[in-house]
Amino acid sequence: MPLTPSALNAEAAETTDQDYLWTLNFGPQHPATHTTLRIVLKLDGERVVEAIPDIGYLHSGFEKIGEHLDYNQYVTVTDRMNYISPMANNVAWHGAVEKLLGIELTPRCKYLRVIVAELARISDHLLCNGAAGLDTGAFTFFLYAFNRREDIYDIFESVCGARFTNSYTRVGGLMYDANPVFIEKVRTFVRTFPKTLDDMEKLLNRNRIFVDRTKGVGMLSKAEATNRSATGPIARASGVTRDLRKDEPYLAYADFDFKVCCSNGGDCYARYLVRMAEMRESLKIVEQAIEHLPPGPVNVGIDQRTALPGKRQVYSTIEGLISHFELAMSNRGFETPHEESYAAIESPNGELGFYVAGDGSDVAYRARCRPPSYIHFALFPTMIRGHLLSDIVAVLGSLNIIAAELDR
Amino acid sequence: MIHPDTLKKFQAAIGGVQTSEFRDETRAVVPQGAIFQALQVLRDDCGFDLLVDITCVDYLNYRDAVDRFGLVYLLASTTTNERLNVRVFLNEPDLHVPSAVPLWEGANWMEREVWDMFGIRFDGHPDLRRILMPDEFAAFPLRKDYPLQGRGERHNLPVLTRSRS
Repeated sequence: MPLTPSALNAEAAETTDQDYLWTLNFGPQHPATHTTLRIVLKLDGERVVEAIPDIGYLHSGFEKIGEHLDYNQYVTVTDRMNYISPMANNVAWHGAVEKLLGIELTPRCKYLRVIVAELARISDHLLCNGAAGLDTGAFTFFLYAFNRREDIYDIFESVCGARFTNSYTRVGGLMYDANPVFIEKVRTFVRTFPKTLDDMEKLLNRNRIFVDRTKGVGMLSKAEATNRSATGPIARASGVTRDLRKDEPYLAYADFDFKVCCSNGGDCYARYLVRMAEMRESLKIVEQAIEHLPPGPVNVGIDQRTALPGKRQVYSTIEGLISHFELAMSNRGFETPHEESYAAIESPNGELGFYVAGDGSDVAYRARCRPPSYIHFALFPTMIRGHLLSDIVAVLGSLNIIAAELDR
Repeated sequence: MIHPDTLKKFQAAIGGVQTSEFRDETRAVVPQGAIFQALQVLRDDCGFDLLVDITCVDYLNYRDAVDRFGLVYLLASTTTNERLNVRVFLNEPDLHVPSAVPLWEGANWMEREVWDMFGIRFDGHPDLRRILMPDEFAAFPLRKDYPLQGRGERHNLPVLTRSRS
């Protein structure tokens, strides 16, 4: 939403003694915003007196589209929300739909979803920390991070054919089952990634420039984090011990041994450390899941009438054929209850939930996304107040704002 | 999921609350006049310290729906991990509720988005402007009577030239 000049002038008029303040446009096209967002800054020298975020440049009506695409089609749109970790969005969307429909997934599907969601978390944290390093001057660190993100893209490519916009989940299951190449690639990644993490930590954890630029910058206290609805690594870096994977174990998270990483720092440096620590924990989950991957079918049975049956079943049984026909015809589909429900997952960025209202058809009546980036960007004006202009990129980098999810 | 004692405490404090359960999720419908008081009781006495989200559903074409809008407050507790969905039903022309910003700062942008998309006013909100749509936009796009492809508002938006920007 473009800020009207009158809104700014009105505030300037009542503080005429502050006419030494500079007004500076940060964005919408600025390399350090990473995405399209605009911040109108009031500066006293280099110190930020006030920051007015101005968003909406990437608003594409995702929630309106969700009321016109069916439950399986809409997963392609969720890919484009947080395009840094599309797998996590897929898992969140179909988790919410399956909760509405009351579907219990097969154990293998749960494990595979956990694996891809945790790999998405590692990928997201690598980008967030890597870009935070890049913005504060650590270019090598960024290359280390992006090198390993490439491996995660390769893993996703081998399991679903797409590198970037995966659309891997389906109602009641997944697009494809895991193949031996995928499992081998994940195992290789699990084996080699700790070395990269060690290297990255050696590069930056005690790096004087990075620590000076991030420590004490963008403070967020614990009370304020809860009051301002912060979730995920940002809340955990402020001391809130809330992690949906532990608190409301969805999918198969109850089976795994992992820790919730928290810090009391509340600054950009604490958020960096929490993300680095979370990657190790995610890797532990991936390792346990891939080694104990349960056998069996990946989709729910045809009696649930939501997942497409396998080709063998379609060609050799009448139930499979009817089920395939019912699902593939555009005027048939499956039925949903006349109810509403909210389901959330711990996405890399925080609590990512979908509020889905069903109206009997297989198109959602309302598909509300609770976007963590949107909630976290609202924190930004208070976090940056009183800091220097150059701290903006450090704070933005540590909040991990993805504008496509911010504006939807 | 919510503990039965917490729910009893809430129902004792606020009159006229109807609750229902669906897939382990507790929903409470609160009368329009009592919403602020209800949220205050939930935050201060029942331990719901985290406002997860505020959203809205337009029930224009919904089967068996009586009211036009349903405003949904998703609450959670960071200590006990309880969750509660608080719903208020609103009808035209009375589309306003008290703002929740005095209770949770985080409600600020959520309420702005609901105002932007559905046109529900939040009384006492410090800065109730459109947030995702441009200021010149006249309609509320997530209402069900608004078409998917728009009504041509984009063509009427002023063109910003370099000299005027």
